[in-house]
Amino acid sequence: MASPRTSTHSSDTRPGLRLADALIYLGMGTIFGILLVKSEVVSWFRIQEMFRFQAFHMYGIIGSAVVVAGASIALLRRIQATTIRGEPISISDKPFERGVNQIAGGIAFGLGWGLLGACPGPIYALIGAGVTPVAVALLSAMLGAWTYGHLKPHLPH
Amino acid sequence: MGDLLLSSWPWYIAGPLIGLFVPLLLLLTGKAFGVSSSLKHACAATVPGRAEYFRYDWKASGLWNLLFVVGILLGGVVAVQLLGGGGPTGISSATKADLQALGLTEFSGLVPPELFSWSSLTTGPGFVAIVLGGFLVGFGARYAGGCTSGHAITGLATLQWPSLLAVVGFFIGGLLTTYGLLPLLL
Repeated sequence: MASPRTSTHSSDTRPGLRLADALIYLGMGTIFGILLVKSEVVSWFRIQEMFRFQAFHMYGIIGSAVVVAGASIALLRRIQATTIRGEPISISDKPFERGVNQIAGGIAFGLGWGLLGACPGPIYALIGAGVTPVAVALLSAMLGAWTYGHLKPHLPH
Repeated sequence: MGDLLLSSWPWYIAGPLIGLFVPLLLLLTGKAFGVSSSLKHACAATVPGRAEYFRYDWKASGLWNLLFVVGILLGGVVAVQLLGGGGPTGISSATKADLQALGLTEFSGLVPPELFSWSSLTTGPGFVAIVLGGFLVGFGARYAGGCTSGHAITGLATLQWPSLLAVVGFFIGGLLTTYGLLPLLL
């Protein structure tokens, strides 16, 4: 009785591939994209304003996001919250060796952020917002990630 | 209410809502909020090449992130088509004056068309901003182990020392571009 459709469905029930999950990820991404555009985080001009320290807007957004995220995570840990499926919640620590990669990679990222005026989230949102040349920047960013992946063994970390 | 929705959203609305993504994602899915790993997963899914870095089960660990960024793109469509997003940006007059002094004249959208249009892509400044800028964002985010979302928001919110270092790096780089590169470029 198993049709191709039902066998596809059974593979969909593997963790991380359920349809309900897929809709959550798509939906949350959509809301995030709306927020990025409507708060002007995607604006090249806003990023220039931030790096010139001429308005509080970007600092307010990142700062209040950090405070809200930090307080919520502290609360989740305190009440030992689990996911809606009852799995334990854990945030793995960012790997740390000597900090060379955070500083060198961070500076490279910042140079690019200043030029492009968009970090990865806004790259996607800008394409959706109709600034289509940013699709070239996305391919370029993928090439950057690809280059890092291949150079990783030779770079200091 | 309709007017509020259609005008641009102030930081004290957008910032806390963005912050709520971190606990919400954890509660709903157990995933840690971050965007730049989508670039890694996209490479692993398409052209992994010979790098160890791209040899893993991207469907198991990365599919969620790829769906999330497709959502971000859709969000950009919704924001502009239905919610009045897309500019002009309400930047400060000081920033506008600085950028005009650099030669930018058009402030009606989200980006300066002098740099971000298909015709500018073949000019020196446009190529550097789009192609080199994009490359550095992708390379740097992966080298640093995260971008604005994973390091500056999730990382700082969980008091991670490497994330603070990375954010300091982001600003060193951004200031170098703003005060060193852009005046040469424009």
